[in-house]
Amino acid sequence: MDMNMDQVPRFRRGFRFQWEPAQQSYVLLYPEGMVKLNGSAGAILSEVDGQRRIADIVIALERQFPSAGSLSEDVVAFLRDASNQHWIELQ
Amino acid sequence: MMFPSEASVARNPNQAGPPLWLLAELTYRCPLQCPYCSNPLDFAQTRQELTTEEWVQVLVEARAMGAAQLGFSGGEPLVRQDLPLLIAKARSLGYYTNLITSGLGLTEAKVNAFAESGLDHIQISFQASDPELNNAVAGSPKAFAQKLAMAQAVKAAGYPMVLNFVIHRHNIHQMTDIMVLCERLGADYVELATCQYYGWAFENRESLMPSKVQLVKAEEEVNRYRTQLSASGSAMKLIFVTPDYYEERPKACMNGWGSMFLTVAPDGTALPCHSARLLPIDFPNVREHDLSHIWYDSPGFNHYRGSHWMPEPCRSCDEKDKDFGGCRCQAYLLTGNADQADPVCSKSPHHGRILAARRAADHAHAGIGDLVYRNAVNSRLFFRG
Repeated sequence: MDMNMDQVPRFRRGFRFQWEPAQQSYVLLYPEGMVKLNGSAGAILSEVDGQRRIADIVIALERQFPSAGSLSEDVVAFLRDASNQHWIELQ
Repeated sequence: MMFPSEASVARNPNQAGPPLWLLAELTYRCPLQCPYCSNPLDFAQTRQELTTEEWVQVLVEARAMGAAQLGFSGGEPLVRQDLPLLIAKARSLGYYTNLITSGLGLTEAKVNAFAESGLDHIQISFQASDPELNNAVAGSPKAFAQKLAMAQAVKAAGYPMVLNFVIHRHNIHQMTDIMVLCERLGADYVELATCQYYGWAFENRESLMPSKVQLVKAEEEVNRYRTQLSASGSAMKLIFVTPDYYEERPKACMNGWGSMFLTVAPDGTALPCHSARLLPIDFPNVREHDLSHIWYDSPGFNHYRGSHWMPEPCRSCDEKDKDFGGCRCQAYLLTGNADQADPVCSKSPHHGRILAARRAADHAHAGIGDLVYRNAVNSRLFFRG
């Protein structure tokens, strides 16, 4: 799927992202299913609000993790994956 | 100070993780009579259903322990007048709430009201792709039209839509028609669940089980349709559940006994799966114990945790941590002893019973009229003997 930095990701209807204390992780909930997310997936999806562009999300994450260097490639790769899995939609 | 009751009982002896899924079987009452129902054969003798307050307590306790997915099921959960209240409560606690329904008793107004209460998803079950067969299997003349109307209402209200079809020898020839119908209705997920043989389905196995030839053809149709969907960029997902009886290794049933699934039956009996009630094990009741005790400490939930209980061939098998010896209910139904390896496994000394069932399916002639329907009259026959 083609992606550009101006696209705005949002969760597909029926998908809910939330923190689960019992699992000490973020999860993605959908009809009769649950994905336990690792740290970086959780951090990226925490920034998905249906308002901000991919470019804004990259900037926010780079501020949050200053020692990580440029995150643009990783974020785009993850969001592409999430989009292919139909977890998120890009506008 | 000593607390003798706590000192004498090992807390969480098997280091079990939290329950992540709660299946709330609100009632065994149902307007349909599907002959493969997973409810117990003797459901009609079930004692009083839990009250609203008791269900709320179950929801609160399970959520506090970590349950995130919640299924309202039954029977037909819409029969419970307090369903809207339970949905709202569950959503406010942070559950992802699934309503698993026949669609009977649903109205467009309820579909919309549930959405406002925070219901996340509605799954509607169908029995076939055409009214005649659907209604014959469901034992209800108006079921199909109602299901169609409600599927459209669910879609219009913006829910993600899961349609569920239980597949057996009388509808397996409709596989492509079923997928076409689902695509037309705009389903997001389609569960093509080949019948598994517990409860009423075990009783009706000879009349339900497809032959290998039927199954192979059905699987080919699913794969072909999946390719078409993918080529057209459709997000509709097909979930084809292959039947245990045609496998050589058992499924990792419930991802392990008491590992993440918790079922609470209409009368408050807590179970590690919705079929476990048929086992000769004393399961605890939420009216008598809190869920934390039930899940972590009760003998019923610890019965098949770990692998110390396994006899051969499981005990020395290098796959025992992968499939946990398969399904305890299947072992019990097919061998009379729930400790045995699931006979689905080709290493089981009882695998011959699976092979015999396959041979029988190759030569079966039973029609729809031979099915024993799931209803209170037939249920009473099972507990009166």
